[in-house]
Order: sequence, then structure tokens, then C-alpha cells
Amino acid sequence: MSKRDRLSGNEAVAAAIRQINPDVVAAFPITPSTEIPQYISSFKADGLIDTEFITVESEHSAMSACIGASAAGVRAMTATSSAGMALMYELLYVAASDRLPIVMAAVNRALSGPININADHSDSMGARDSGWIQIYSENAQEAYDNMLMAHRIAEHPDVMLPVMICQDGFITSHAVQNIVTEDDAFAKAFIGEYRPEKYLLNPQESLGVGPYSVSVYYMEIKRQQFEAMNSARRVIADVSAEFTARTGRAYAMFESYRMEGAELAVLLMSSSAGTGKVAVDALRERGVKAGLVKLRVFRPFPAAELAGAFPGVKALGIMDKSDGFSGCGGPLGAEVRAALYGKADGIRTIDYIYGLGGRDVRVEDFYEIFDELARMAGGAEAPDCRYHGVRE
Amino acid sequence: MIEIRWHGRGGQGAKTAALLLADVAFSTGMYVQGFPEYGPERMGAPITAYNRLDDKPIRVHSNIYFPDIVVLVDESLAESVDVTAGLKSNGSVIVNTTQRPEKVREMFADCESAVYAIDARDISLRCIGRNLPNTPLLAVVVRTAGIMEEKAFLDNMEESFAHKFSAKPEVVAGNMNAIREAWRGAILL
Repeated sequence: MSKRDRLSGNEAVAAAIRQINPDVVAAFPITPSTEIPQYISSFKADGLIDTEFITVESEHSAMSACIGASAAGVRAMTATSSAGMALMYELLYVAASDRLPIVMAAVNRALSGPININADHSDSMGARDSGWIQIYSENAQEAYDNMLMAHRIAEHPDVMLPVMICQDGFITSHAVQNIVTEDDAFAKAFIGEYRPEKYLLNPQESLGVGPYSVSVYYMEIKRQQFEAMNSARRVIADVSAEFTARTGRAYAMFESYRMEGAELAVLLMSSSAGTGKVAVDALRERGVKAGLVKLRVFRPFPAAELAGAFPGVKALGIMDKSDGFSGCGGPLGAEVRAALYGKADGIRTIDYIYGLGGRDVRVEDFYEIFDELARMAGGAEAPDCRYHGVRE
Repeated sequence: MIEIRWHGRGGQGAKTAALLLADVAFSTGMYVQGFPEYGPERMGAPITAYNRLDDKPIRVHSNIYFPDIVVLVDESLAESVDVTAGLKSNGSVIVNTTQRPEKVREMFADCESAVYAIDARDISLRCIGRNLPNTPLLAVVVRTAGIMEEKAFLDNMEESFAHKFSAKPEVVAGNMNAIREAWRGAILL
């Protein structure tokens, strides 16, 4: 039986973690994800979970402890944000290359400087090449659902990669909103038991984890990671389809919203996609052929599918909640354009850097963006990239 | 959709009030949002919290610029913050104030919307014994927004207080008196 409830994004993720009942959680507090380990600590004190909860002295140690636990053969989880994730960067690569299916609750927050506690995607975008699967959530419901799916994806024998489930700091993490939670029996059955094929504490089979690799082996390890990330496409699709069939809540690599007949479209991730949908509905009422694509899975990147997602679109705004400082746009802009190149040529694109450091993103922002897209569709000049919602 | 903006000072509980209101509206079957806007977190600094309440799912995730109701938890904020910015002309301002009605009306001389005054401090001091303005203000907001009828609201709050104060049931009566008095005590200026 599912239950109608109202939870913040952090509460929703904590509710999922209680149902997952991971063997080990190692975490260090950082705003805005701090509440997640706080709830886990309470669950443990109240006897609701039998997790080993390790309070460490830094995020570097949190991820190190997760790596040790996961290598030993158990489910390990953490939660972090911003500078905390940045302090983990070195270990994120270790977790992925050691093929450890660790799951992280990532609550997206800007990186310094200037120091700022609010949402943007700079932290997880800094980890985009670390080999982690990255799944982004629009609201508390999606953060909860994605968390219930995370272990099934991470632990699949063809994948064996760590997964981060991202939600926007404060905008989602601290906003109480309606949500449907699944009962414990359903959640536990869906997630299943973790039975690793190989693990460090198996007395029957000795194993080395994380040894030095000379040049004659290193590249083969990377080739296997590449293969695992590609296999993750199928596994994410299968797990999402099964979740959708059992709950009625639709999940895929991305969501196409009112893209039928769309001539103007935006592509973005996480909370602002909800605001964008409200704008698209209003624009459709006025006869503007507007549509929206919300990217859910950024790693692996669904390039082939995205190339076919914009039939009939004349102008596309790609919206980056982080600036990669390439001087020509953010990471989404670069990757989406690469996906379209040679396969969906003729769509005019513009990359918007928006919503940095919690800059509020209003329905009116989308009206301004769709106005510019309409001018571009009509042949007007436009830059390849510009900041939107900034005072200048 | 009803959009509500709370103005308070850090430590006064405007965020808690927004979360309480979300709870009350949720219990009637509504879709809700309750969220704070975080700036520098300091006791006494101006803070804003928001509610959206609707009978259908809410997808917008921005702050509120055109509220139906503005709640002023601390009337001194009216001097430094444009608290009625964007308030709909058929909307309402609810002010927690110790001032005389004509003085409050003067503060909002340019405001076309309805202005309600309530001395939530006095009510909470008399009924609860401490300055906890949220509880009386919540009653005024629920009534002004038309979220619930009086009896349903009182029953709902009694149940919620009984749960919240299960370790000290003696405070339930005071809290109930505070919301009962506030429900009828707001003055439309």
C-alpha cells in the first residue's frame, strides 16, 4: 500500500534510506544535506535500522569508509553537498574504478567562491567524469523514487558502479511537498538483497581491491568501466520500467513534456523543470508551440536518444545550472550539442547559464527564454551562450 | 492556487509557521508547498517563508512574487522590507501588532488589500504563557485563506497538539484557547 504524505526532499530521501536499511552509512555534515545523516542517526537510535553509522572527520574519510565497506561486500551509502563532494573527488574516482556500487544522496549546492549555501549543479558537474552514474530529481517524489531504484542499478552484475541521486539544495531539500511513499514490504522486495559476486571478506576466494596498476593493465580497467557505463543504459531503462509498472510513476532517461509539435524547446534538469512545465502550459494556451525536455540521467549520457528528441524543433535552449568556464557554455550545452551534431542538424541552439548560487528561477524567466527562442527560430542573431537572470 | 508569503525575523518561527500551515492544508487533502528562503542565518535578521496551496499538484519551484496573503510576524519589518510587494489587490495582509487599529491602517495607507490586525503576542502570552505568535497567526491565516471551517480546524489542531505535546498534555488547553481566541480576534481594518 502506498501512502499519501508530505515531506521535504531530505525527509523523502531519508525515508527511502530507512527502507533500504544499508549496512554502512559514513557521512560528514554539510548544508543542505546535513539533515539526511541526522535522520539516519535517529533511525538507528530508534532501532528502525541496523545500519553501522560511522561519523567521520571529513568527506574524504566518509567516501574512504564507504569504499572499504563496499569492497568488504556490504551496502554502503553517504550524503553530501558542495565542498563536501569536492573533498571526495579523489575517492569518487577510486569508488568507480574499483567497481563499488556505493549510493550517494547528493543535495546540489554551489561551490565557493563566493561562499554560498544555495543550489546549483557545480558540485556534481565537477564529478561528471568520475565514473559515477548521475540521476537528477525534479522534486521530493523523484528523489525518493530514484533512491529506491539506485541500488538495483548500481549492483546489477553488468554495471557494478556507484550512483549519485541528486536533488536541488533548499529548493527541493527543504521544501515540504506532497509525496506518495511505498510501504516497507514493497520497497524491500523491490530493492532486494545484495549478494556480490566477489568481495574482500570472502574466505573462499581471495581478492585484491585497488592495487597499483601498471600501464599494461590500466587501460583495460578503463575499457571495462566504459562497458559498465554503457550497460547501465539498459539496466536503468529496465529498472525504471519495472518501477513505473509497479507504481504508476513514469521514469526514463529523460522526460519529454509537451514535445508533440514543439518548435521551441528547452532542456534542463531538476527543480526548475517543474517551473518550466508551468510556463510551457501557459505558452501552449497562447498558441506558442513550446515544449520541454527534462534530463533525468546525465551519466550515462543518453546521446543517441536525445538526438531524436527534438523533431520539428527550430530553436532549443539548453539550460546549465553551472558554468564550466570553457568560455562557451556549461557542460549540458556542450554534451547536448555534441549529441545533436550530424544527427539533428538545423536546430538552432543557445546555452543559458542560469540559477547559480540559488538565484531564483521564475516562470517569467522561461517566458523570456521562449521569447528569445522564438526570435531565433525567426532567424534573429543570438549568442551561443549567455547568462540568464543576472544583473549586468 | 493560494500563495502566502510570511515575513519574520530569524528565530521567530516564520518557517515553522509555514510548515504548520502546510500540514493543516495537507490534512484537508490539498496539495501543498511550505519552504523558507535562506539568506544569512542570524537571529533577528529578516527572513521569508512561503506556502502554496492548491487542489492540484504544484510544479512551480520559485519564490512567491504575487501573493494572495502576506503575513507579518513582526510589524517592525514594515519599516525596512517592502512587505506588500506584489500583493494582489484582492489579497490580504495579516499583521501581528500591538498598535491601535488606526495606527496600523496608517502603516498600510497605500495598500489596496484587506488589512487584518491581531495581537498574537498578547494572546499567546495570556493563553500559553510565552510569546509564541505562530499559533494564533496560523488560525487567522487558515480562516482568511478559507482553508477550513472553524470546527474542523479546531478539531484538527486539538489532535495535532495532543500528538505534539503528548509528554505535557497540560499545555494543550492553552494552545487551543489561543487559536480559538485568534480565530475570532483578528480585526479587519
